[in-house]
Parts: sequence; C-alpha cells; structure tokens
Amino acid sequence: MTAPSTLLMLRWLIWRDLILAWRRRADVLATLFFFVIVVSLFPLGIGPETQLLRKIAPGVVWVAALLASMLSLGRMFGNDYQDGTLEQLLLTPQPVYLVALGKAFAQWLVAEVPLVIIAPVLGVQFGLSENTLGVIALSLLIGTPVLSLIGSIGAALTLGLRAANVLVALLVLPLYIPVLIFGAGAVEASVEGIGARPYLLLLGATLILSLVFAPWATSAALKISVE
Amino acid sequence: MLEVINLGCARGERKLFGGLNFSVPAGGFFEVIGPNGSGKTSLLRIICGLMSPIEGEVRFKGKNIRRLGEEYFNTMAYVAHQNGVKDELSPFENLCISAGIVGNQLSHREAATILERVGLRKQQNLPARLLSAGQRRRLGLSRLLAGKATLWIMDEPLSSLDVEGMALVGALIGAHVNGGGMAIVATHQELNLTVGLRQRIDLAR
Repeated sequence: MTAPSTLLMLRWLIWRDLILAWRRRADVLATLFFFVIVVSLFPLGIGPETQLLRKIAPGVVWVAALLASMLSLGRMFGNDYQDGTLEQLLLTPQPVYLVALGKAFAQWLVAEVPLVIIAPVLGVQFGLSENTLGVIALSLLIGTPVLSLIGSIGAALTLGLRAANVLVALLVLPLYIPVLIFGAGAVEASVEGIGARPYLLLLGATLILSLVFAPWATSAALKISVE
Repeated sequence: MLEVINLGCARGERKLFGGLNFSVPAGGFFEVIGPNGSGKTSLLRIICGLMSPIEGEVRFKGKNIRRLGEEYFNTMAYVAHQNGVKDELSPFENLCISAGIVGNQLSHREAATILERVGLRKQQNLPARLLSAGQRRRLGLSRLLAGKATLWIMDEPLSSLDVEGMALVGALIGAHVNGGGMAIVATHQELNLTVGLRQRIDLAR
C-alpha cells in the first residue's frame, strides 16, 4: 500500500459518489426540503412570539438536522450492496477503514453540507442575531461530519435487513445525543450572549473521536454484512 | 500458486462441503461444478476472502490469504454473480471508476479498447440501466481486462451471454491462463477453451 494509490482510491470513490448523487439529485433535494420544512413549521405553528422562538431555535434546528441526516443513511451502502459494488469495494487493495471513511465523507458532502449552508437562512425566521446565525453554521459544520460517521456504523450494521430504516433510527439516534447536546448548547450559549466556544471545542473533540473509531466499526460491520 | 487445504464451509446449520483440497498453479484453469446450492459461490467467496471457512485455509504463494490481506487483493479479481455495475453511470464511467478504485488509472484510449474488446463500444456512453443482462455481464467482465490481477475468480461468467459472448469469455480466460495467469471459475455450462492445464472439482461428490 502506497500513499498515492490510497489517495487515488479515495478520490475515485468520492468522485463516484458525487456523480451518483448528482444523477439522483431528487434524493438529495428531498433531504434538504425535509430539513427546511421541519424547521419552518415551528415559527408557523407558534406564531410571532420572538422570545419563545429564540429560546427553542437551537433545539429545533439541531433536531431537524439529526432527523434529516437519518433519511439518507439507508442509501449510504444500500445501493452498493444491492448491485454488488460493495463487494468490489471490500476487495480493493486498500484497508476497508479507508473505504468506510471515504463513503462517510462523500455522504457528508452530499447530504449534510447543504444543511450547513441553508441553516443560517432558516435561522432568520426565529429572529436570531447575525452572530448566532454564524454559530449555527459553525456548529453544524463541526457536528454534521460526526452524524455521517456515526450514521455509517448504523447503515453498515443494518445492511440487507428488513425494516432497516427503522432499525437505523433506533441504533443511531441514541448515539447522536452528545452531538445534539453540544451542538444545540453552542447555539443556545450564543443566544444567551455567553461564549459558544467551549461547546464548539467539545463538538470538535467528538469529531476527532468519531473520525478515529467510526470508520473502524463501520468496516467491521460491512465485512459481517457482506458475509 | 493458490492452495486450498482441508477447506470446509457451512451456511447456517447446513454443512456445504468439507475436507476440500486442491491447488491451482500459475497457468492453471480450475473449474468448479455442482448442482444449485452445492456451495460453488460460497467456495469462491471463501477464496476471495469475503467469507471465512469453518475449517481449513486458503494459501496464496504459501501464505494464508487472511494474513496477506491487501497484498492478496492486488493480485486477485472477482467477478461475482452480480456484476457490480452502477445503473446511473455509463459503461465507460463504470469501467474507469471501478478500475480507478482498485488503483488502475485508465486513459481514455485504454478504456475504449477494453470496451471494444467486450463488444460495448457502441453503448459506451449510454446509462448502464439501458443495457441488457448480457451486456451488463460483458461490462462486469471488462473489469478483469482493466486490472493486472493474476488470479481471476469468476462466478457463472457465462450466465445471460449469447453464443458470441460465451466464445469471448473462453478466449479471454484462455489468453489469461496461457499467459501465466490463474482462473477459478464456477459454471454450469461447458466452457470452450484450450489451456495447458485444466482441472475440475465437482462439489456434489
């Protein structure tokens, strides 16, 4: 295994997933619209009570992000599993760890980055300050890769099972809790006018931790699922 | 040289085969036959390293393939029953991407030559979902030509191919094996090829 061939594999794998996502952009847009609609329902339902809206905004945005990112997990390995490309990926002359990492990164680019970009725009409906909108985007930017990485474990474990979507939710949502607490905490701290920095640092720590361990767990789960 | 030593496999409670011994030297062609459900695919998947056997081991150049890991995957290519073809991509993209992922960067001309060889030149830019079952099979086989693998493992390579396609598979395997490669093929149909060394195992017995 040499560094260039590793990079080559990752580049092709991510490029492939991006092309596939572009050819099936309806799936990607569905996730994004789900996020937009869920977040927008709250201001519509509650009415123009700025104080209350400001108070619930952090939780609403983050819970909606968790649910939206769950939607795309079924497709993460499901299609590759069905058409036999997953087996080919497991037989590449590279560690499966890297395959899992590449897949999670591609999933983040396709499903999560649009949420990060649109979230500050949605935050305006809650009457949040400019500073807080920035914190929303930043906390999502650090937090959503964790969702992809943890989600990849659940997606790999439930591969080929009936009712995989429900099972993924049951497996993965509890593991999302730390991300939810730190992410929503950061936004809340910014709303209250205290620094969001400690929360963002904790989110960063979660990201590093999941970068190390999640691809490893995912690759083990993939090998079991394919066998 | 690939050696299979005292290999046994079970699916669930049922034992498919046990005590299997054979070896495939460089320049050897090995056929696996047997009725449906006799464990042909399982045997191939064990040889690939996708499945673990309940007993015995597979050795490549004297070393257990489980220990060789990525080094083994460099010399082995597996064409499964499913072709590993992405419906949304064209044959051209399918070939270039699957070759790129295993570390073979194909030039435009190389990819076109390979697609010509398997008879998909005219379809090379159509989405693969428009291809027939036989054409998908040809696309799946094209991966073998893109790589430098010395050991080809093929599961029913003739399925859904027309007469000309079957002759093509015979010619490809023949050329590969006579050039010093190895091929292990599970098949129901008689493969028409001339090779120096041809062995066969029947899993029904």
